[in-house]
Amino acid sequence: MIQMKPKMSSSKSKTFRDNLITYGMIVVVYVIVELFLKSGNVSSLMKGLLVPLTIYSIMAVSLNLVVGISGELSLGHAGFMCVGAFASATWSMLMKNSGIPAGISFTIAIIIGALCAAFFGFLIGIPVLRLKGDYLAIVTLAFGEIIKNLINALYFGVDANGAHFSLKDSMDLGMDGGTVIIKGAQGITGTPKMSNFTVGIVLLLIALFVVLNLMNSRTGRAIMAIRDNRIAAESIGLNITKYKLLAFTLSAAIAGVGGVLYAHNLSSLQALPKNFGYNQSIMILVFVVMGGIGNIRGSVISAVILTLLPEVLRNLNDYRMLIYAVILIMMMLFTSAPALISFRERVLMKFGMQKNGKEK
Amino acid sequence: MKKLLSVVLATSMVTALTACGSSGTTAATTTAAAAGSAGESTETAAASGDLTWKIGSQGPLTGGAAVYGLAVTNGAELAIKEINENGGINGYKVEYKKADDEHDQEKAVNAYNSLKDWGMQVFVGPTTSAPTIAVGTEAENDNMFIITPSGSAVDCTNPKNVYRVCFSDPAQGTKSAEYIGKHKLATKVGIIYDSSDVYSSGIHDAFVQEAPKEGLEVVADEQFTADSKTDFSTQLGKMKDSGAELVFLPFYYTEAALVLTQAKGMGFKFFGCDGMDGILSVENFDTSLAEGLMLLTPFAADATDDATVNFVKKYKEAYNETPIQFAADAYDGVYIVKKAIEAAGLKPDQSVSDIGTAIEEQMASLTYDGLTGSGMKWDAKGDVDKEPKAVVIKDGAYTAVE
Repeated sequence: MIQMKPKMSSSKSKTFRDNLITYGMIVVVYVIVELFLKSGNVSSLMKGLLVPLTIYSIMAVSLNLVVGISGELSLGHAGFMCVGAFASATWSMLMKNSGIPAGISFTIAIIIGALCAAFFGFLIGIPVLRLKGDYLAIVTLAFGEIIKNLINALYFGVDANGAHFSLKDSMDLGMDGGTVIIKGAQGITGTPKMSNFTVGIVLLLIALFVVLNLMNSRTGRAIMAIRDNRIAAESIGLNITKYKLLAFTLSAAIAGVGGVLYAHNLSSLQALPKNFGYNQSIMILVFVVMGGIGNIRGSVISAVILTLLPEVLRNLNDYRMLIYAVILIMMMLFTSAPALISFRERVLMKFGMQKNGKEK
Repeated sequence: MKKLLSVVLATSMVTALTACGSSGTTAATTTAAAAGSAGESTETAAASGDLTWKIGSQGPLTGGAAVYGLAVTNGAELAIKEINENGGINGYKVEYKKADDEHDQEKAVNAYNSLKDWGMQVFVGPTTSAPTIAVGTEAENDNMFIITPSGSAVDCTNPKNVYRVCFSDPAQGTKSAEYIGKHKLATKVGIIYDSSDVYSSGIHDAFVQEAPKEGLEVVADEQFTADSKTDFSTQLGKMKDSGAELVFLPFYYTEAALVLTQAKGMGFKFFGCDGMDGILSVENFDTSLAEGLMLLTPFAADATDDATVNFVKKYKEAYNETPIQFAADAYDGVYIVKKAIEAAGLKPDQSVSDIGTAIEEQMASLTYDGLTGSGMKWDAKGDVDKEPKAVVIKDGAYTAVE
């Protein structure tokens, strides 16, 4: 992108067209799915998968902002998702019988989830992003585990006297009637189901809009300049910490939104190693790496494919995990093995030439 | 950064591979067995025409909790095989399908949906609590009848269509406190529990609440988490200092074996719950340490009544391992469904919702004698009422206590 600077106007229209393709792709998928839903030809499995697909797409976009654009490595994005999920679910449980319309309550829940996750992202970023090197990876890795364990030990209840916290057990809350909302390892149960495919798609589009616009803004170019050459960026007076912190906080906020969708899609929310642990963070990283680091559209596509794959393979029973792993390895080879890359480039060059010829 | 990234991805892949490897052997043996029986059931189903009952089950068949999921799906499969050999339910054969939920709420809903697409009419599952809660609310919209063999958290049975075979966690805590109080086993009680585990903390909370009513004094209350479950010397030291006579261990037998080993010579009495079932088969565990250990469990594989002996024998033949309580729960679950369907006189061509409503009506008046309890009855919420059996370990074997 930086190399294209001389012919700025043409590159600008090119990125604009590129972004339009990304939005268009999602809108088209949405319309097709809605049409299928109307005609009733969708299996229950697919219906149930629609919201998770948008959740993981949002997570992939969020992590790509850190890994691809700001060039840092975060290994704790599931932790931010967890913060967003629990913060918003707590809000929704408090508002359950308050008579506030569901739409408004859910909108506020989304904002709360995003803000809480952003707050933690900011907090972590302040010290860590001042440092050079891979410290962010180490700290976020710890953060994800700490958050998970903390929530597993947290008891939170509300009664007439106000809110009660405890890290011991539910008796320790000293509740006078009222309800216990977060029950330690048992988590939150009975969250209203408010996520649906439309909300998920709208949030995904918003996330994409924010990230893609950031990339093409002055701020985004500054962030990418820092990624490409820190010393050069510093020498022209860019505030490194500020830009990195901005990207990281924004990414945490988007991850929080993913968590909100997750919490409001299932009626039970527990911080298990499976859903908010280290492996989930790695899974999101895999979406990003497979889709192409820095390639937002690619990461959305790979998130969709890799979430669908194990479910589509369900009929193969015990072999599905094996096949899933084999496909992962093949995808990885396809994107990064030198021999395959040169092969792909040759094929692409042929196609590119033909295309140019046609255009002329 | 690239270097670190590749290192991280590589290590995570290696751990994923080893995790697969550890559960691989059991999965392989059960697949072989499952393939054989699946072939059989489809054959017999074809014999009686197209109309069949479709019963599904699910649980974690891969990953760390796979032991429980495999036990549940095997137990259910065994029951269905037996039912088909004896002429099916109301004259119709039963088809069976299992799905993997990986002990994850989201995957559980996916697994449930895939079973629904298959045409499932009655659901004997899921195995673990969090998936049961997530699936229960989904299924409430379909009015699908659910009986979970082992989803023990209180909230599992909140939807009106969900029933369970096992005790709820608090019920176990309360029953344990009652039992200790009634039989005057001790007055000063210490507790060690896993605060990061739903099952363990659920039992603990109920036990602590019930204890004063039974004249028990909880003198020490110590916890550990899933990340620190190998060294219990601190907790045991506190038990000793507080003068506890009996230590209550509401968690699974793998950790309990460590506690017993480390408490050697401290002179405590120990009391456990159904998760303790299986402690005698822990490898390299000196079973003499478990001498005198009491546990409340609805099922013991070494029991000598005809039903249990028959079940254990058949299970060993089919899957080449001794059944644990989860398998017995699922086996009972299928027979409970059979009894309810027969009582309501249902046919498989009715809609899922009609079948669900009819079975729910029957559940109010149904009593069932099974492997995991006699005279089982269900309340309106869907919780079971049965007497737990107390078992004591004597001469290296489970012995029933009166």
